[in-house]
Amino acid sequence: MRSMLKATVASLTLAAVSAGGAFAGSHALSGDLKIFLDTSNPAPRATMEAMIADFAEMHPDLNIETTVIDREAYKTQIRNFLTADSPDVATWYAANRMRPYVEAGLFEDVSDLWAEEDIANNLASTKGAMTIDGKQWGVPYTYYQWGIYYRKDIFAELGLSEPTTWEEEKANCAAIVASGRACYTIGSKFLWTAGGWFDYLNLRTNGFDYHMDMAAGNVAWTDDGVRQTFANWKELIDMGGFVANHQNYSWQEALPFMVNGEAASYLMGNFAVAPLREAGLTDDQLDFYQFPAINPDVALAEDAPTDTFHIPANAANKEAAREFLRFVVSANVQTEINNGANLGQLPVNAGSAVDDDKFLNEGFEMLSSNSPGGVAQFFDRDFPAEMAAEAMQGFQEFMVFPDNLDDILNRLEKVRARVYK
Amino acid sequence: MAIASNTDTPTNRGWYKRNEIAITPWLFLAPAILFFAVYVIIPIFQSINISFYDWDGLGEARWVGLDNYVELMDDGAFEVSLWNNLKWLLFYLLAIPAGLFIALFLNQTVAGIRIYKSLFFFPFVLSQVVVGLVFSWFYLPNEGLLSGILGWVGLGPVNVLGDPTLATYGIIAAGLWPQTAYCMILYLTGLNAVDPEQVEAARLDGAKGWKMLWYVIIPQLKPATFIAFVVTIIGALRSFDLISIMTNGGPFGQTRVLSFYMFEKALSEYGFRMGYGAAIAVVLFLIMLFFIAYFLWSMWKEDTDR
Repeated sequence: MRSMLKATVASLTLAAVSAGGAFAGSHALSGDLKIFLDTSNPAPRATMEAMIADFAEMHPDLNIETTVIDREAYKTQIRNFLTADSPDVATWYAANRMRPYVEAGLFEDVSDLWAEEDIANNLASTKGAMTIDGKQWGVPYTYYQWGIYYRKDIFAELGLSEPTTWEEEKANCAAIVASGRACYTIGSKFLWTAGGWFDYLNLRTNGFDYHMDMAAGNVAWTDDGVRQTFANWKELIDMGGFVANHQNYSWQEALPFMVNGEAASYLMGNFAVAPLREAGLTDDQLDFYQFPAINPDVALAEDAPTDTFHIPANAANKEAAREFLRFVVSANVQTEINNGANLGQLPVNAGSAVDDDKFLNEGFEMLSSNSPGGVAQFFDRDFPAEMAAEAMQGFQEFMVFPDNLDDILNRLEKVRARVYK
Repeated sequence: MAIASNTDTPTNRGWYKRNEIAITPWLFLAPAILFFAVYVIIPIFQSINISFYDWDGLGEARWVGLDNYVELMDDGAFEVSLWNNLKWLLFYLLAIPAGLFIALFLNQTVAGIRIYKSLFFFPFVLSQVVVGLVFSWFYLPNEGLLSGILGWVGLGPVNVLGDPTLATYGIIAAGLWPQTAYCMILYLTGLNAVDPEQVEAARLDGAKGWKMLWYVIIPQLKPATFIAFVVTIIGALRSFDLISIMTNGGPFGQTRVLSFYMFEKALSEYGFRMGYGAAIAVVLFLIMLFFIAYFLWSMWKEDTDR
C-alpha cells in the first residue's frame, strides 16, 4: 500500500515535470510530421536534412519523416500527393506557380503566421510573392538574384568594363563578337532560360508595372511595348550575340562555352556560380553585373525567384507543421541554410546575415537598394503555366528565327485570349 | 424402379456440372477480362468523357461539349504533331525491308555467325533512353560524330536536332536502329521455317536472285512480315521516349507527336488541361483503332481462309 502510494506520487511528479518542461520549450509537439522536399541536388539535400535534424532535436517527441523527391518529378507528383496522401509540409514556388493549388483549396491559409510579430517584421519583402486573394499561403525559405555573370579576364583582355546602359552593353557585345566569341551563352532546350531574357528585356524596356500587367493578361502580345522589347532582343541576336545552336543545350550544357572562353557572359540565376566555380573558374575570372538599363525612364526591377514551404490543406499535423515553418524562417536558421557552404543563396529574414560571398553580397545589395521598380519572381512563376509554356516556346523560336516574330506574337495573342478568359 | 432411378441422375447433377463446358472457358478468361476492362476498356471511356470537360485535374470539371475538339482543329501545334505522327508511321516502316535484308544476309552458316547475329540484335536490347542519348551525342552540331564524318567529305556541320525540318527525321533514324534489329529477329525465325523443298523446286525451274526472293521466299515469310508490320506500326505510334530524351519536343515544338503533345498538355510541368489532353488522346486512339481494326480483320481473314 505504501509503496503503491509512493509510486503514484512519483509518477505524478514526473508527469508534472515533463509537462512543465514541454511548456517551457514553446509547444509540446508530438505525433508524426511528414515533410516532402524537392531539394534533390546533393548540396541542398544535405542542407535540408541537417536543418530538419536540428528541428527534430528541439522536439524529441515528434516523429519526423522526410521524403526527398527528384526536383523535376516533384513538379508533376505534387498534384497527386496534395490530393491523395498529403504530407504535413511540402516545398514549392511562390507567386502564380502556387495559384492552381491555392485555388483548388489544397494549400493551408497561413495568414496567422504572417500576423505574428517575428514574421510580419522580418519577412515583409517577400510577403507580396506569398499573397493570393489577400491571404498568405506559405513561407519562403530562400531566394536568389538573377543577373549577368561574366568572364572578368575576357573583359579585361578586351578593355571592357561593366556596362550600365544599353548602348554600352551593345558596344561591349560588338567588341566581344569581333574577338571571335559569343557575348552570351544560353541553352534553350528546356525553354525557361529564354524566359529569363524576356523578363529582363521587358522589365528594362517597359518597366515592372507593364510586365506584371502582362502577366495578369491585360496587355496584348501584339502591343507596341512588347514589340519594342523584341526589337531590342533582335539587336543582340542580329549581331551574333548568342551562342549558336542553343536550342540543343540545357542550361548546364551551355556552361562549358563560358568556361572555355567561347562565350563571355551568361544571364542566369545565382545557382550558376557553383558549377562555374567547380568547372575551374576562380573569383578573379568570374564576376557579376546587374542587367543594364535600356529605357532610362523606367525604374530598374529584378527577377528573384523564391522557393517556399507550404502546409497542404489535408495535412494531419498542422500544429507541428506551423512550428516547422516558424523554425525555417527564423533568423538563425535562415543565416545557416543560405550560407555559402549550404544553399549559397539569400536569406529571406531581414534579421539574418548574408554569407560573405562576393556574388551573394552583390546580389543582396542589388535587390535591397538598386531594384526600385520592384522584384519579379520569374517568367514561368509570374505568368500562368499555360501562357508561360507557349510563350517560352515562342521565345526559343524567335531566338532561332527572329523573322518569325509576327507569326509568334499573333499566336501568343490567341493563347492570351483563351488563358485569361 | 431401377430404370426410373437411372433416368433421374442427370437432373440431379449440380448446375455447374451441367454447364461445365460453357462456363469453364469464361472462368479461365475472367481474370484477364477483369484486368483488361479495368485498365484498358474503362479508361478509354473515361478519357472520352474527360475530353468533353475543361478540367485542371484538381478543381471542378466544367462541361464544354465539343469545345476541346473545335480548338484542336485550329491548333497549329496539334497539326504539327499529327504530321509528325504520319512521318513516323511512314518512315518507321523502313525497318521492315532493312530488317529483312540483314536477316537474309545473316541467314548463313559461317564460323561465329551467332556472335554477328547477337551484335545486330544488340540495339534492341538497349533501353530507348540510351538509344536516344547515344544518337543525340552522335548528332551534336560541332562535337558530334556525324558532323565529323560530314566534315571529311567536305560538307559543313549540320545541326540535325536543332533544325525544325530535320529533327523529326533524325529521331526516326534513331528509332529505326533498334526497330530494324527487332524486324531482323522476326525474319530470322521466319527464314528457319522456309520450306527447303520449295526452294529446291524453284531452283530447278531456274529461279534465282531477286526472282527467287520475291516469288518464293517473301511469300513464305508472310506471317513474319505481318508481325513485323504490327510491331512497327505500334512502335511508331508510341514513339514517346526518344522524343522526350532527344529534343523534348523542340525546337519550338516541331518534333512533337500526338502522344507527346498529349503528355505536355495534360501531365507535364506546365500542363493543367486534362480535357484538352484527353481530346488529343481520343484522336490518337481513333488512329490506332484504324490500324487495330485492320490487324484484326486480316487475322480473321487468315483464319477463315484456311
